[in-house]
Amino acid sequence: MATFHEVSPNAPIGEKALNWVDNRFPLSKLFKEHMSEYYAPKNFNFWYIFGSLSLLVLVIQIVTGIFLVMHYKPDAALAFGSVEYIMRDVPWGWLIRYMHSTGASAFFVVVYLHMFRGLMYGSYRKPRELIWLFGCGIFLALMAEAFMGYLLPWGQMSYWGAQVIVNLFSAIPFVGPDLALLIRGDFVVGDATLNRFFSFHVIAVPLVLLGLVVAHIIALHEVGSNNPDGVEIKASKDANGIPLDGIPFHPYYSVHDVFGVSVFLFVFSAIVFFAPEMGGYFLEYNNFIPADPFQTPLHIAPVWYFTPFYTLLRAVTAEMMYVLMACVLAGAVLAVVKIKMPALFKGLIVGGAVVIIAMMLTIDAKFWGVVAMGGGVVILFFLPWLDNSQVKSIRYRPTWHKYLYAAFVINFFVIGYLGTQPVSVIAGRIAQLGTLFYFGFFLLMPWWSRLGTFKEVPSRVNFTAH
Amino acid sequence: MKIKGFTQKTILGLVVALGMTATVHANSAGPAWDKAPNKINDQAALQNGAKVFASYCLNCHSAAFNRYNRLQDIGFTVEQIKENVLFTNAKVGDTMKAAIDPQQAKAWFGVNPPDLTVIARSRAGAGGTGTDYLYTYMRSFYVDEAKPTGWNNHVFPNVAMPHVLWEMQSSMTPAQYDETIGDLVNYLQWMGEPAQTTRKRIGIWVLIFLAGLTLVTWKLNKVYWKDIK
Repeated sequence: MATFHEVSPNAPIGEKALNWVDNRFPLSKLFKEHMSEYYAPKNFNFWYIFGSLSLLVLVIQIVTGIFLVMHYKPDAALAFGSVEYIMRDVPWGWLIRYMHSTGASAFFVVVYLHMFRGLMYGSYRKPRELIWLFGCGIFLALMAEAFMGYLLPWGQMSYWGAQVIVNLFSAIPFVGPDLALLIRGDFVVGDATLNRFFSFHVIAVPLVLLGLVVAHIIALHEVGSNNPDGVEIKASKDANGIPLDGIPFHPYYSVHDVFGVSVFLFVFSAIVFFAPEMGGYFLEYNNFIPADPFQTPLHIAPVWYFTPFYTLLRAVTAEMMYVLMACVLAGAVLAVVKIKMPALFKGLIVGGAVVIIAMMLTIDAKFWGVVAMGGGVVILFFLPWLDNSQVKSIRYRPTWHKYLYAAFVINFFVIGYLGTQPVSVIAGRIAQLGTLFYFGFFLLMPWWSRLGTFKEVPSRVNFTAH
Repeated sequence: MKIKGFTQKTILGLVVALGMTATVHANSAGPAWDKAPNKINDQAALQNGAKVFASYCLNCHSAAFNRYNRLQDIGFTVEQIKENVLFTNAKVGDTMKAAIDPQQAKAWFGVNPPDLTVIARSRAGAGGTGTDYLYTYMRSFYVDEAKPTGWNNHVFPNVAMPHVLWEMQSSMTPAQYDETIGDLVNYLQWMGEPAQTTRKRIGIWVLIFLAGLTLVTWKLNKVYWKDIK
């Protein structure tokens, strides 16, 4: 237990009050550990703003959400009307609602950029694996949060999007139909579904999300931030044990973040006030038609942030299954021939491959599409153990690695775009190639990330004063 | 120079290719939509649109999320609303409900006439804005004896709605009719989001404030980071 501190009776009232609190709660200690004496590398660049911005958007979503819940009605007969009531009759309701709907898209923009930063600079590598795992958990929770929230306006896209996605669960062998029934609470998406999604959206998932965010930050502050050079700043410290390349988070990065927040809010407000629909990408046009269980829209597209994963789902057709089987076979053969291991393991690999191919032959392609969509997210969790490169940061990797990352980004945009479009033969083929590339990038990473000539990593970070 | 020529050609090629796909797209989705006039800030036009809406559309279609007294936003007084727009025994604070009984409507037309509150927002698409669609649709009716109503539509084939405005159209020159439909669809656009003009007006000030804030925080950031070598 910390010793009880006394201050002089003549001390200013503020100092007395702080001392009173500090004797009972580690306020100054927490502030020092996480702000004024949390040493962050001084060479952070543009890409390091998106963590703080995600936190900002989370706060925007929670605060606007609280006000929306005051007027929203989670009832199939009233939901659509209550959103229009918020847009028309609630003072400033339109602003709160647009902030929330734009906030959902903004959340994914900043989180995708934040994740890509981690990918570029190897921020998930030892000793930061848990930060990455908590982060992937946040991403997963965010997807659940966005999916369930999208049902609440009860428009046509809300309704049919939920119908399509929940129906996917029924493709899971044996338990699927019962699982889909459990999620919907009814045989079709209906009032029961709306009520449970509302409950999950406003309390269950946000609680999980907040817990994970806290864990993410605690883990980060325990090991310290990575940086664009991938150099461990704690390796070179001064006489006081302070990293030579570290600067206190407060005020240096807090003042940086305040600037970043201003720029972000400018862009965010430009969308909220001048293009809240964002050309049908943030608010889909069809969603201004009330949900009608008897009229299926011609084209059902998820909101943009889900579309890359929706493409992975749609790419798995009966034809595609043969390609995937060939991939499993080739993987097993390569593992057995190329990797040195006891015969027992080789036997297990061959046996496993045979079982998987047998399952692929017997279970419907729709199920494997669901596996691909889920796998597209789950595979991110394994990144710390897939990446075998000698260096963390892209800066010191072979140049062709950069092109590979660029191709990954382009591919992500392409499959994202295809996910918004109706299926066609050519688009379907491109989607399938894109899917193979997406998974190939990760699954072959243990192999390709080792290849090439790496550059020498400096012992100290690169920094030019500005 | 060589590279420049190459880039120019590539860009030109891309533009042509994009243009071609756009044309193909337009052709595959029925007739192209005409561009509706923008009168969202013209109160006289919006008021005229509201009158047309109340006289012709509101008999069968509701605008069940919009209140009559909201029309004060487009310059009507409460008295003017009662005289020009409110033809049922509804109160001025009520929402705009159709005079027709939904059961009857379904029996007559086969479908329930959709609510029109946010119709302009829901009809936007690859072909243009929702007002473009409505502007084209309202000007694309033609006589078709094969249909029970005697009317059909180029933009919405086999539509259940008859050409409600035909008498008005035949009493006007084509230019006058286009003018009136322009007023009507702008009213529908306004009704889809009555806050839209307020939103943009406030937005300008918000952006000016944030631009100033960005400047200040940028300077502040610079002052602090001077110390870091």
